Amino acid sequence: MSLLEVRNLSVDFATTSGSFRAVDGFDLTLNPGDITAIVGESGSGKSVAFLAMMGLLPWTATITSDAMTFDGHDLRAISPRERRKIVGKDMSMIFQEPMTSLNPCYTVGFQIKEALRIHLGMDRKARHARAVELFEQVGIPAAETRLSAFPHQMSGGMNQRVMIAMAIACKPKMLIADEPTTALDVTIQAQILELLKSLQEETGMALVLITHDMGVVAETAQQVSVQYAGQKCEQQEVTALFSRPHHPYTAALLAALPERATTKHLPTIPGVVPGQFDRPKGCLFSPRCSIATDLCGTTPPPVGGPEIGFARCHFPINVTAEQSA
Amino acid sequence: MSEPVLVAENLTQEYVLKGGLFGQDRIVRALTGASFALEPGKTLAVVGESGCGKSTLARVITMIEEPVAGSFVLDGTPAGPDTLAALRTTVQIVFQDPFGSLNPRQRCGQILEEPLIINAPEMPAAERTRRAREMLTLVGLRPEHYDRYPHMFSGGQRQRIAVGRALMLEPKVLVLDEPVSALDLSIQSQILNLLVDLQERLGLAYLFISHDLSVVKHIADDVIVMYLGRPVEIAPKADLFDHQRHPYTKALLSATPMADPTLRKQRIKLVGELPSPVNIPDGCPFAPRCWKAEARCRTERPELDQGTHRAACHFPE
Repeated sequence: MSLLEVRNLSVDFATTSGSFRAVDGFDLTLNPGDITAIVGESGSGKSVAFLAMMGLLPWTATITSDAMTFDGHDLRAISPRERRKIVGKDMSMIFQEPMTSLNPCYTVGFQIKEALRIHLGMDRKARHARAVELFEQVGIPAAETRLSAFPHQMSGGMNQRVMIAMAIACKPKMLIADEPTTALDVTIQAQILELLKSLQEETGMALVLITHDMGVVAETAQQVSVQYAGQKCEQQEVTALFSRPHHPYTAALLAALPERATTKHLPTIPGVVPGQFDRPKGCLFSPRCSIATDLCGTTPPPVGGPEIGFARCHFPINVTAEQSA
Repeated sequence: MSEPVLVAENLTQEYVLKGGLFGQDRIVRALTGASFALEPGKTLAVVGESGCGKSTLARVITMIEEPVAGSFVLDGTPAGPDTLAALRTTVQIVFQDPFGSLNPRQRCGQILEEPLIINAPEMPAAERTRRAREMLTLVGLRPEHYDRYPHMFSGGQRQRIAVGRALMLEPKVLVLDEPVSALDLSIQSQILNLLVDLQERLGLAYLFISHDLSVVKHIADDVIVMYLGRPVEIAPKADLFDHQRHPYTKALLSATPMADPTLRKQRIKLVGELPSPVNIPDGCPFAPRCWKAEARCRTERPELDQGTHRAACHFPE
């Protein structure tokens, strides 16, 4: 049985100007040991989908789904008390900005031990020993003394390590890393990604990497799912996605990478991501798509089969004859 | 080779950290000994990690701050307190975050006209308006956007307004401080194309500050790599990406993720983090993190060598 099973997850936000669908029909299956990347631009609903699974969305959000199970628990019917037993323990998350995600009023040691006390019920001595062990595991030098440091006394890279130590403190079965390296420098980014990968290999947890950086995806993930305006438009294995994208959006996104440029001018995607009021009737990408026809503007495209990477497109590209047969 | 429009000589900037009532003042050496030349129509990229002095350099070149030592010549005129007003129109800046750098209470037109009101007060209002509308077309917006407020635009459109504002005074040098790092990938390519077009049409010189090496590789002609306030390697782009002479550049390049899953490269792992610019180590600033460092590196500071591909290292490659 898979670790995480999500079918047709949708999240609507009630705003003063009407309801806004941030996530539309999100599907995901995760097995222990998987490394999956969720790629998309800002506003594509990649963080919101996972916040919904963790139950961290405000009351303005309406969450609907056909199925949402994690490790045998049905996340749709779970009581808040039961949910709190899972979140932070079996399912934990690393947030984007380490500087603002840590509480400035408490030492990092207190914050990391809090999780150990609540979820694992360790005594003081065991908590301290485990905290030191975790700090060493994530590569924080002088772990013993760093435990009594406040977040502002440490650099961004160190704070991100504290966040990671906190997230893996209870040996989670699934770790969600939401843009874990966006706020960091490249040399530190490389260290953090290595660390996440080695932790994943050691513990065999499932790792979800939410990012917009194609470079990070290419070097870390096994499976990649591409999100656009709340919908998943394609999901493939990483090498296949980079060499043979099936959705025009994925192809355009890859073509816009400066490192793939052959001329001084980069290929661009015209227009912007649709907002609350200009959501197209048919395919959400159709106004910006280079191969869109009238059909795309009026009819939402079907989701393709696994052979074309579940591409949500009327005219998937890079399809060979036997695939279309 | 044409005459350089910007020549910087040994620019140095320091900030004083007050030690409080009983503590001692400490000095942050944000920028030390930056020298370079920039020709019209060329792009000079400055790369490095946070705290390496990139943004300080931008502030000095745009005359927001006066350097504590060193000098620079803009378009033939030495920059200083006397020539500040005259040179303001020669160099302009585009900031990183288009959501923070535009006044939300000003209409797009007012934003574009403000540099003219301040620097060319004698210009009639009708002429200002005409120029602002022209500028909108030039940066790829529509003239009817003139009356809109910044919140009505997307991130990419705002960055176009910011570029337009910088160009209103017809500068020769444009300082771009991380102009695309706050933008999404699909928008980023639009802005980069705009910058390339404008450079071709107006012969602008760009000082392009970025930490994203793939963007630098695409847009730059020459590259300066900075570490702890000092240039450690200066080279034409092709040479730099082909062959790195300074170990830090090598590490920086190997750490940059490449969007190609089939590529399995050997990554140089740097230990430790950037030292604080308050206590820069004696000798080579990179020595504590360098895998090639020897005793000499810790005591003696290497200077940039000569040639077209310069590196500040005792053991360059």
